[in-house]
Amino acid sequence: MNQRPAMDISGLPTFGHGPRSPTWWGTLGFMALEGTGFALAAGAHLYLATLWPNWRLSAPQPNHWPGTIVTLLLIVSLVPNHMLNRYAKECAIGPVRIGMVVMSLLGVAPLIVRWFEFPALNIYWDTNAYGSMLWVLLGLHTTHLITDVGDTIVLTVLMFTHHGYSGRRFGDVGDNVFYWDFVVLTWIPIYLLIYWLPRWG
Amino acid sequence: MSSADLTSERDLPPEREASAKGDIAPGRDGPRDTGMDDASLHRWLARTWRTPAGIIGALSSVDHKVIARRYLITAFLFLCLGGLNAVAMRIQLSGPQRGLIGPDLYNQLFTMHGVTMMFLFAVPIVQATGIYLVPLMVGTRNIAFPRLNAFSYWVYVSGGLFAWVSFALSMAPDVGWFAYVPLSGPEYGPGKRADVWAQMITYTEVSSLAVAVATIVTVFKQRAPGMSLDKIPLYVWSLLVTSFVVVFAMPAVMITSTFLILDRLVGTHIFNPAEGGDALLFQHLFWFFGHPEVYIIFLPATGMVSAIIPAFARRPVFGHLGLVLSLIAVGFLSFGLWVHHMFATGLPKLGASVFTASSMMIAIPNGIQIFCWLATLWDGRPVIRTPLLFVLGFFFIFVIGGLTGVMLASVPLDLQVHDTYFVVAHFHYVLIGGAVFPLLGAAYFWFPKITGRMMSERLGRWHFWLALIGFNAAFFPMHIVGLWGMPRRVYTYPAELGWGNINLFISAGAVLFFLSFVLFAFNLVHSVLKGAPAGDNPWDAGTLEWATSSPPPSYNFARIPVVTNVEPLWAEREPLPVATGLRVDARELIISTVAEAHPDIREKSATPSIWPLLAAIAVGGTFLYSIFTPWAIVWGAAPIAVTLIGWFWPKGDPEDEE
Repeated sequence: MNQRPAMDISGLPTFGHGPRSPTWWGTLGFMALEGTGFALAAGAHLYLATLWPNWRLSAPQPNHWPGTIVTLLLIVSLVPNHMLNRYAKECAIGPVRIGMVVMSLLGVAPLIVRWFEFPALNIYWDTNAYGSMLWVLLGLHTTHLITDVGDTIVLTVLMFTHHGYSGRRFGDVGDNVFYWDFVVLTWIPIYLLIYWLPRWG
Repeated sequence: MSSADLTSERDLPPEREASAKGDIAPGRDGPRDTGMDDASLHRWLARTWRTPAGIIGALSSVDHKVIARRYLITAFLFLCLGGLNAVAMRIQLSGPQRGLIGPDLYNQLFTMHGVTMMFLFAVPIVQATGIYLVPLMVGTRNIAFPRLNAFSYWVYVSGGLFAWVSFALSMAPDVGWFAYVPLSGPEYGPGKRADVWAQMITYTEVSSLAVAVATIVTVFKQRAPGMSLDKIPLYVWSLLVTSFVVVFAMPAVMITSTFLILDRLVGTHIFNPAEGGDALLFQHLFWFFGHPEVYIIFLPATGMVSAIIPAFARRPVFGHLGLVLSLIAVGFLSFGLWVHHMFATGLPKLGASVFTASSMMIAIPNGIQIFCWLATLWDGRPVIRTPLLFVLGFFFIFVIGGLTGVMLASVPLDLQVHDTYFVVAHFHYVLIGGAVFPLLGAAYFWFPKITGRMMSERLGRWHFWLALIGFNAAFFPMHIVGLWGMPRRVYTYPAELGWGNINLFISAGAVLFFLSFVLFAFNLVHSVLKGAPAGDNPWDAGTLEWATSSPPPSYNFARIPVVTNVEPLWAEREPLPVATGLRVDARELIISTVAEAHPDIREKSATPSIWPLLAAIAVGGTFLYSIFTPWAIVWGAAPIAVTLIGWFWPKGDPEDEE
């Protein structure tokens, strides 16, 4: 087809942060579908809980302390996470490198405590359905924690190479910040379901 | 218009300050298309966007058209396999007490038929059509996340192979396409058959979820300048709504299949009522996916109808806004219907009434769509060609299916015909009428774009009438035999029941319907080889995919079109307004704003890569191994991690920098 130039876009930038970038939307899409998975797993747990008059099914209460420590660590990690986001927007490579190292460490720390959460549930996955659901919920979140920490570490290494100083990489850092918020936020309802539903309910 | 009009100062990134310091972006610049003559432009773009030669090159392709073509062909092959399943079942049922197929094989046959048609044919083929057409229709050069798109294809193929190799080894699932517990649970489902079902689901869901996210982002962020929300073609709207339904529905079936495999493999008790679980929970989770699934298949088909009708009615579609709102309404309502699959499970009366009401409600937006299409045809000057014939067939069949759907939404009738052939008739009318007929119309409509050749009109008409007659002969009598009480999923029936003659008639219809597909396949092959050359826009249609050559070049458009109307090619009869200023030595495309589609960023699209295939092999191997031991997840993690790092690690192409 014949063409006539009607618009000049040569002055546009070559990268953007946050909702301007397609990757941000892709991350949001994956959060939406993973969040749906979380919601349905939580829904299944509540469905079974309403079905049985004594939902703990005579199991002992879980010890909430490892879970509480994980919760506190995750909430604290939000502060450096958002500082990192600001540095990424400013394309400040030095602070971003430091921030990525800090976030990698703050990802590994809750993962170590998480190791002690499973025995603190005080029940096995194959004891009864209550035990199964606790393990499933904790396992689902742990999978997210592991993948995001892995992703953060790889990106940290990348930021220290010559590939690091590029707009697109700073965008990746921003999306990594965004996803970590999701990992933290999804933990709160799961934490309440696992440790406080048996106490209140 | 210049970019200064479109991008206010405040929107610009800190890139400017950075460039003042002499770093990021500007140092890495290349030739632009501004003022370039057509021949040089083509040379540059062809070199930048080409899929590399050789086998590794072909396996590395990230071109949405190449991936979509593979998807389409693969899905069509699965349709043939699923169709052969059906023919085998119909031969067995053509008379009472035939001994051709025993109960065990019959169970595998109907399960494989359902699983293949739903997960390996219907969903992949509607998504594949979208992968091909959406980037062209929104006027961009590739789908968003092209490597993810390639990955999704490989995962889909491995899931399909997995299911069909299992069938060849007589270890195919035999528990129905929805695999209810306790039949599929550890107690009543020994062996690996139900595990095959569960993991095959996981493969195909991973693949459709990836495509859904890529489609959403393509539509949100890669629309041609000027294509504001009100100018998005209806077909693209339908794929957008479908992708949202996929994002919120498919996780449910992944959760279901994961819970099932956990119960079977590591001894959890989620669906085990003896240990505090619940069998009905499976049905709730499955149908929370399963009902939207119907609309995942149906909505893109309505989009096809909305694309075909205006092209042949020779006027823009009547009630564009009403059609968009109907699509969105159907998308939402599709999540409120799942319990109507469970009326026979003894749910509380109030719940049943609510779901009856919502099931009837969804007929309203669907009805609005039908009336808008009829009004378009009524007011237009319809040209009856094969694509439109299939759309007319769709009206006829789908409306009958919709009417029996309204009948089944009422609990008393549903209880009466539950698990009979009446239900089989209903959902084939809805699925084949609602999705396959539009899809066949779409095949005739877009075949010229994909191959550059026309399909035979004469064979097309034969195909249509054969399909229409064969389909109705096969499925209409099923309503009757269902009302007589013939249950689904029985491998035979005694002669005394008197169902023999009608079943023979049904089988004859099924064979006729199958033959119509043989004719279709012949027409496809014949037209690829010998069809008349199509030209860019053989139907004189109005949307952007017709603005480029047939088949489109690897880069889709020499320059990105600027859109001023919902039917851009009808509004701007030559010359097409275009945007200039993109680099030609790197895979640059325009990222635009979500609502107004103002150009916002010149971003690089990913280059070909073998890593998505390797990642799919790692993921596929892990899923396969996991039906034997849960440790597969641990051992599989390492190769998956390695391939993903290989995938994302920059290789120094211009596309990786900035």
